[in-house]
Amino acid sequence: MSGPKQGWIAALFVKEFRLSVRVGGGALIGVLFFLAVVTVIPFGVGPDLNLLARIGPAVLWIGALLATLLGLDRLFQADRDDGSLDLILMSGRPLELVVLLKCLSHWAGTGLPLVIAAPVLAIFLNLEPVAMGAVTLTLLVGTPALTLVGAIGAALTVSLRRGGLLLAVLVVPIAIPVLIFGVSAADAAVTDPTPFLTPFLFLCALTLISAVVGPVAAAAALRHASD
Amino acid sequence: MALIDLANPTRFLTLAGRLLPWLVAATLACFAVGLYMAFFVAPDDYQQGATVKIMFIHVPAAWLAMFAYSTMTLSALGTLVWKHPLADVSAKAAAPIGAAFTFISLLTGSLWGKPMWGTYWVWDARLTSVLVLFIMYLGLIALWRTIEDPIRAGKAAAILTLVGAVNLPIIKFSVDWWNTLHQPASVIRLDGPTIHPTILWPLLVMALAFTLFFLVVHVMAMRNEILRRRVRTLQMRAAQIQPAAAAAQAAE
Repeated sequence: MSGPKQGWIAALFVKEFRLSVRVGGGALIGVLFFLAVVTVIPFGVGPDLNLLARIGPAVLWIGALLATLLGLDRLFQADRDDGSLDLILMSGRPLELVVLLKCLSHWAGTGLPLVIAAPVLAIFLNLEPVAMGAVTLTLLVGTPALTLVGAIGAALTVSLRRGGLLLAVLVVPIAIPVLIFGVSAADAAVTDPTPFLTPFLFLCALTLISAVVGPVAAAAALRHASD
Repeated sequence: MALIDLANPTRFLTLAGRLLPWLVAATLACFAVGLYMAFFVAPDDYQQGATVKIMFIHVPAAWLAMFAYSTMTLSALGTLVWKHPLADVSAKAAAPIGAAFTFISLLTGSLWGKPMWGTYWVWDARLTSVLVLFIMYLGLIALWRTIEDPIRAGKAAAILTLVGAVNLPIIKFSVDWWNTLHQPASVIRLDGPTIHPTILWPLLVMALAFTLFFLVVHVMAMRNEILRRRVRTLQMRAAQIQPAAAAAQAAE
């Protein structure tokens, strides 16, 4: 990136990415949590490999949702604690764009590792190669939507101590459509007659919509939380 | 009287005090007529028998569940766009009422579903989206209770309310978009209602009664919220004065 206009965008992205990788035990904690959720499932439903193969896509999606929810409080909380949120608010940059950048770098630091870990965890769940690819692809497209929608909850609860549980309660209803279309696309890839593309395109649409709604709503919430 | 005149809480309180007796009387009258028609005029269904009467509670409750959220959405716009001082009082007052109506519609629906569908609950699109509405109501109430400052809580809740309003058209059209167990719309549709007048009229009267009941409870809850905020302000002022008095005593 060159020129003074793009300079701050790249700088902010790099700074946020470094922080999201390093803060709070690093990006691997999210992946570890993902692993823990997937490990617990066979104990809950029994180690029947056929059953696991059938519910595998859903398990991976729910694990990714939970891991994303747990990481969301880091999105704005640390910035508020050390005062950089006020600096960002006063910097005169478009706040919606800043929030979008923060979401993208947060996703690159915490969401992308989940997507990369998904094929490995799919082996535990006895998924076929086609299903494995489908789940990974839907997670790649869908997890940004979870982060972007979650930014709304993170911004609303930024001024609260111990707001993590409330954040999850607020975000889950909005995240349900993403989960529905993500799982149905992954399932459709395995079962033949149902088309894969229809739910997958819906999932893409949801991600694009949340890329607009998430930053706008989160920026509004941050502005109101500060004054 | 313009909406902006009601920005003065005292003026709102006088208006509410003048309106409430009439509203209560109208609600009681509508409920009397509606319940009489529902139980003695409307015939039993030839298949469902007397269980069809559940519909006279279920359908108005479901409508009001969405009506309350629409009220909250409009109030959220009032809070964020026009900064109307009573808008967030209205939204906060409507949330528990809407949650109660949503709960009633879910409960009566599942009681009706057991003998008719053979199950209390199915994960059909209409039921799921209404359940999401219920969770959203509870989340909003939790947000209001968590943030101490009422003004800031009102703004935060307004943003979440607007985001959650996406769910309203999903609930309305869920029976058309997805082919599911819940029957499609039979009253509000373009080519006119498809149910017989002997059932339609009691249903409409009951809907009117429920709406009036919502208005009564909503105005009462708004009045309570205004008074609660006044008490809070007085308490904070008292708390400010007391330490100063104590310090003056200690200095003597």
